[in-house]
Amino acid sequence: MKPKLLLRYSKELILTLAVVFLFTTIILLVTGAPVLAVYYHIFKGSLGSWAKFGHVIKTWIPLTLCACGLLYTFRIGLWNIGVEGQVMMGAIFATAVLRFGVESHFSELYLFLSILAGIAGGAIWALIAGYLKTAGGVNEIFAGLGLNFVAQAIILWLIFGPWKRPGIASMSGTELFPKALWLPSTFLLRISPIGIFSAFAAIILTALMLRYTRIGLCLKAVGNNPKAAYLFGVKPQPYMLLAMIFAGGFSGVAGCLQVTDVYHRLLPAISSNYGYLALLVVMLGNFNVWISPAVAFFFACLNIGSVQLPMMLQLDSSLSGVIQGASVLAALGMQAWRMRIRSNEVGAFYE
Amino acid sequence: MRVEVHDIHKHYGPVRANDGITLTIEPGRIHGILGENGAGKTTLMKILAGYTRKTSGYLCMDQVPVDYRTPTEASQLGIGMLYQDPLDFPFLSVLENFMIGQAVGLANQKKYYRKKFDSLAADFDFALRPNVQVNRLTIGERQQLEILRLLSLGIQVLILDEPTTGITNVQKDYLFSALKKMTSEGKSIILVSHKLKDVEAVCNQLTVLRRGKVTGEMKAPFDTDILLEMMFGQTPIPFNRCLQESGRTILELDNVSAPGGRSGLSDCNIRIRQGEVVGLAGLEGSGQDVFLRIAAGLLRPAGGSVMLKDKRMNAKDYHCFKHSGVFFQPSSRLEEGLISGCSVTEHFALQSDHKKFVTKWSDATSDAKKKMTEFRIIGRPDSLAESLSGGNQQRLLLSFLPRNPLLLLLENPTRGLDMESSSWVWQHLHKYCSDNTTIVFSSSDLDEIIMAADRVLVFFNGKMIKDTRTCETSSYELGLAIAGKR
Ligand SMILES: Nc1ncnc2c1ncn2[C@@H]1O[C@H](COP(=O)(O)OP(=O)(O)OP(=O)(O)O)[C@@H](O)[C@H]1O
Ligand SMILES: [Mg+2]
Repeated sequence: MKPKLLLRYSKELILTLAVVFLFTTIILLVTGAPVLAVYYHIFKGSLGSWAKFGHVIKTWIPLTLCACGLLYTFRIGLWNIGVEGQVMMGAIFATAVLRFGVESHFSELYLFLSILAGIAGGAIWALIAGYLKTAGGVNEIFAGLGLNFVAQAIILWLIFGPWKRPGIASMSGTELFPKALWLPSTFLLRISPIGIFSAFAAIILTALMLRYTRIGLCLKAVGNNPKAAYLFGVKPQPYMLLAMIFAGGFSGVAGCLQVTDVYHRLLPAISSNYGYLALLVVMLGNFNVWISPAVAFFFACLNIGSVQLPMMLQLDSSLSGVIQGASVLAALGMQAWRMRIRSNEVGAFYE
Repeated sequence: MRVEVHDIHKHYGPVRANDGITLTIEPGRIHGILGENGAGKTTLMKILAGYTRKTSGYLCMDQVPVDYRTPTEASQLGIGMLYQDPLDFPFLSVLENFMIGQAVGLANQKKYYRKKFDSLAADFDFALRPNVQVNRLTIGERQQLEILRLLSLGIQVLILDEPTTGITNVQKDYLFSALKKMTSEGKSIILVSHKLKDVEAVCNQLTVLRRGKVTGEMKAPFDTDILLEMMFGQTPIPFNRCLQESGRTILELDNVSAPGGRSGLSDCNIRIRQGEVVGLAGLEGSGQDVFLRIAAGLLRPAGGSVMLKDKRMNAKDYHCFKHSGVFFQPSSRLEEGLISGCSVTEHFALQSDHKKFVTKWSDATSDAKKKMTEFRIIGRPDSLAESLSGGNQQRLLLSFLPRNPLLLLLENPTRGLDMESSSWVWQHLHKYCSDNTTIVFSSSDLDEIIMAADRVLVFFNGKMIKDTRTCETSSYELGLAIAGKR
């Protein structure tokens, strides 16, 4: 990536964030909320203490993992909306493995296996959508959405059926795993080095894969022009499946970490909508490996920071949702505008 | 309307696509723009049509400075452009396409537009049926439709970028008489073309561009030698095919039928021998496109057999054909041939011989550099495919040809190339044949077929209706065959 281009993307990003702020401010003014206080609390709620910062990081990790996975599918031109379901499947598979480890003395082994299971779960779920696309011509967006619902239904069924807590089945999920099956975390921030490591590993691996390997090149070629890629000797279908496997695998890790590092059990909202949020993160990050994690961090702050808003300021609890929604809209608006500028510069291509 | 272009610059980074162009287009005239590949013609036209923004300079219309940013604004001022690949909606009818961009409101105004369409079409002698779906039309007919649509939008200045590639001589005559009629109504026409013959036949005035600058102007009657001098700095050498003894049969189609294209292909019996150069003539989509794609394994025949060197290839795909030494190149460069968004280097990396896990970027870059010099492609290794000029895209495609192919299947290999480049390309391709490669190519230019091929096959309505040696025929005879009059 040329520094000049990176600089330009960063500029665009900063501009976008500025618009997001402006838009949010207007919404706040309209609803009569105290603007400065809201921002202050968001800031304090996310970066105001080490504990809060730890929470932000815990949100950042799965967001970044999903974002990295999505870079593969976006590269080949697939809209992997199913990422949400892939996170859930990763969590389900990981939970399934951990349940065997409850009585065991080899908890590390089971933790390790749970990550592999998470990868498998996410990848299988992604492959289903990929297969429907390549073999049946089913649009990956619809397949993904459908699979998201199915995954959610499976979680509910498990929680209220086979995996229910002894005695009471409730929305609060399965029984808590013993501490031995929690990912070890640092004392101060309460974040797990393994989680951090996997997020950074995902970033670096993705950057290398996309830039320096034949797979990355072929993904790009197929994504930009499948017909021409075929003439160049690249069959589109296998690469589509491969991209889905990567996306599903990374999301599966995110799902697994949600279980082993954050909630320590399976619960209905295990994916916390991070998959959908990651789609947005990647688009805002200009489909760039280095910028997307930064955007993910911003959204992680917003997410954590606005949790306590309703309580602190006696605001309606839907406000944080409204703020996120507003930033999504503002971001998409900026995106559209940016596309326009760019197409004007390059000149729409014909002849 | 009188259009004045003053000192127009358009820079893409270090590339000066237009470097201070000044010219005047008089009302009621056909103004030709000539120039070698990459001279900046398309760029200038895109600026005039509001498709690209200029870096500096200004435009005047009837002495009034104007500034516009979009094609819509340009058409409101009366400037319209006919794109080489017409931008229509293939699944709508001719009439519906005609109405796009002008019919507003909810009322069904079909009747009104039907009338308008009929009277305009009659004015220009265009035999277009309003209810036919557009994807059943030839390129030439789609062009006619687009001209009618632009005219009914009230266009005063019509820009045509290489309108004569891909249409027949008959359609060209219709086009030219339509253009002349428009000028007699006071409209101005700007015509970009590589075909000197066409330009000389119809233009009142010419401007020659070279490397983004104006290198000469001329009023009719034109002196060809001086024009060539202005375009290239020297007169290009014409290419010619010396007759070759052809070898054994390598490709054999028996009773092959297939759907696809406009007319499909029916009962096709063709034998192609080693070392031959075979030209395919015919109206766009008369079956030659289907034939090439069957011979490449990109389309499956519905019946009959396809033999490649005694091997039955019916159910094989292109990659299998490629393995046996068959190489196909499509005519639609940006749709099928090149990958927009990928740089020249990336194109070379994609097809490098050793498909290792890790891409060797340095090798790919040096490959790209080497080929770009060899094929005289103007641009840099990191230029995106779509940023190259039309002719340079074509050269890039040709630079992908493998070293020792058995059979090259080329769709319009010199489409959009200037005269000098096409003669260079044919010299290059003929070298392949002396190494026993067979070339089968389609072209809409009969003169090119006669000059470059040993043998010509004429297609009409999905059938191969004529198979003759080029030295035994003439472009007049071929022209009749193309129109179905044997
Ligand atoms: N979007 C772009 N980005 C970068 N360079 C460009 C872009 N568009 C055109 N160029 C460069 O500008 C120069 C002129 O291009 P242009 O398309 O105007 O040539 P042309 O005269 O139409 O040639 P041709 O006959 O081959 O179509 C070329 O060198 C081309 O590489
Ligand atoms: Mg051009």
